[in-house]
Amino acid sequence: MTTTAHSARLTADELAAVRADFPLLERTVRGGRPLVYLDSAATSQKPQVVLDTEVDFYEERNAAVHRGAHQLAEEATEAFEDARADVAAFVGARPGEIVWTSGATAAINLVAYGISNATLGRGGEAARRFALAPGDEIVVTEAEHHANIVPWQELAARTGSVLRWFDVDDDGRVRVEDAASVITERTRVVAFTHVSNVTGAITPVEPVVARAREVGALTVLDACQSVPHLPVDLPALGVDFAAFSAHKMLGPTGVGALYGRRELLEALPPVTTGGSMIEVVTMTESTYMAPPQRFEAGTQPVAQVVGFGAAAKYLHELGMDAVAAHEHELAAELLRIGEIPGVRIIGPREPVDRLAVVSFVVDGVHAHDVGQVLDDAGIAVRVGHHCAQPLHRRFGIAATARASASVYTTREDVDAFREALAGVRAFFSVD
Amino acid sequence: MSSIEQMYQQVILDHAKTPHGRGLVEVTDGATSGQSHQVNPTCGDEVTLRVELAGDTIERVSWEGQGCSISQASLSVLTDLVTGRPATEAEHLGEAFRELMGSRGKGLDEATEDELGDATVFTGVSRYPARIKCALLGWAALRDSLVTSGALAAPQTAAAPDAAPAARATTEENR
Repeated sequence: MTTTAHSARLTADELAAVRADFPLLERTVRGGRPLVYLDSAATSQKPQVVLDTEVDFYEERNAAVHRGAHQLAEEATEAFEDARADVAAFVGARPGEIVWTSGATAAINLVAYGISNATLGRGGEAARRFALAPGDEIVVTEAEHHANIVPWQELAARTGSVLRWFDVDDDGRVRVEDAASVITERTRVVAFTHVSNVTGAITPVEPVVARAREVGALTVLDACQSVPHLPVDLPALGVDFAAFSAHKMLGPTGVGALYGRRELLEALPPVTTGGSMIEVVTMTESTYMAPPQRFEAGTQPVAQVVGFGAAAKYLHELGMDAVAAHEHELAAELLRIGEIPGVRIIGPREPVDRLAVVSFVVDGVHAHDVGQVLDDAGIAVRVGHHCAQPLHRRFGIAATARASASVYTTREDVDAFREALAGVRAFFSVD
Repeated sequence: MSSIEQMYQQVILDHAKTPHGRGLVEVTDGATSGQSHQVNPTCGDEVTLRVELAGDTIERVSWEGQGCSISQASLSVLTDLVTGRPATEAEHLGEAFRELMGSRGKGLDEATEDELGDATVFTGVSRYPARIKCALLGWAALRDSLVTSGALAAPQTAAAPDAAPAARATTEENR
């Protein structure tokens, strides 16, 4: 997949209409300055329809789902499952392949602990395909968010497996050309990011999946930064599992999704156990429901799930081709900060196969100080390691500043950012 | 002066540019010393700070670290402030500084501010909750290194004031 040109795009009127859907974008910050929100990779703002959907759920439909026979319970369950269908359709999956989690971190941990439980013999014969043996290998990449590194380090430690990883090149791209050597006959799991939350680089999924299949390894895709910004068809990508979160795609916090190929979800043992995921419980043992309910023990964040569905529908109605085309233009604009003296971009410098997430350092000025000066101009960027310390270490730095766009971001936002950034070194008298 | 100019006062910028005490100094043979490594897990900033004492008195503070101008300037200012003072007095100043960081830009009473000297230039930082931990990083390392040296009893409570919940640094011992 090469993202260089798109046919569809948002017109100026459409973009204005989109912005009008986001009430928070109206506010001012730091003494009356208009807000320029360039931190959507951390969390996106929410359109009115998502807020209204949650309120409407509480005002009209609130009841426990998947239990109770009264009308409210029926309506709540229907809203809950409709949201599953909408989110599933948004990523090309079937509803039975989407498990609600508290977020992408929980989704990845669910897979890791499911494998762990299978290794301990839970889940019976069907789950043996997941079991790890000492010396088996788990592969990640140097570009991962901590949420796609630490659960696998822990899994390796629990099972005696060995953690290996893809390096990244000087542009911050995962060296997928090393697939044949990094993924070996001992590899059982390959967990990798679709789009880096630091460099914005898109990982070519196909060669990784092809090599993983060759050796019979499971693939787990961190799709947090891709699903909100690109048309993504998870089954077509051929990955076994994928994780993404609602709050980065205009939806509520506190909810995310695990996609799993149906056959695999059916074989994976449960992780969190308790109510709502069982068939029969005796005092000595229990049997479990089919997925996705098997993985949804306890009370679910129902209002947030319903809001998640509304967010997916909102993006779908805008059209992800148009969203991607709009953000592609913003990526090109953001990358022009590379022309500012002393600004160094960490990641691909050309708007090719990368999204509008641009991390950078300013020579002689720490990222926190950069962020503070931008904040004073009303510009919100992220500073720090963005939960990707190994990637920062790879580039010999501890922290970067990061500007990231979403569908509601405008060219004027980026202009204001560039102008303020150009004044940062002067503020600190750095030449 | 705008808020951001109050935060980045010239004294801070000057200390950040040419910080005092940077570069760890070997401990004199037989001298009492303590060392602490502190990290700010939210941003990855870190410092290793070493104190050398003669009796109860802090003879030398030296440190190595990387971080933003606020954290570097704060380390520099504290180096000047506590060198040559008894450990208990340094701890007293640390308490005052932590109180200053909890003041939300209001500052402290005149007598305490006099004691803190140059360190009062960080008053503007206390208006920015996300940056308070930057100013406190060095002071956390100082307190911990004094504890490891034996010159100071281990504190009963955590280092950060209520306004700065983020900085919970690790010490050499528990890493």
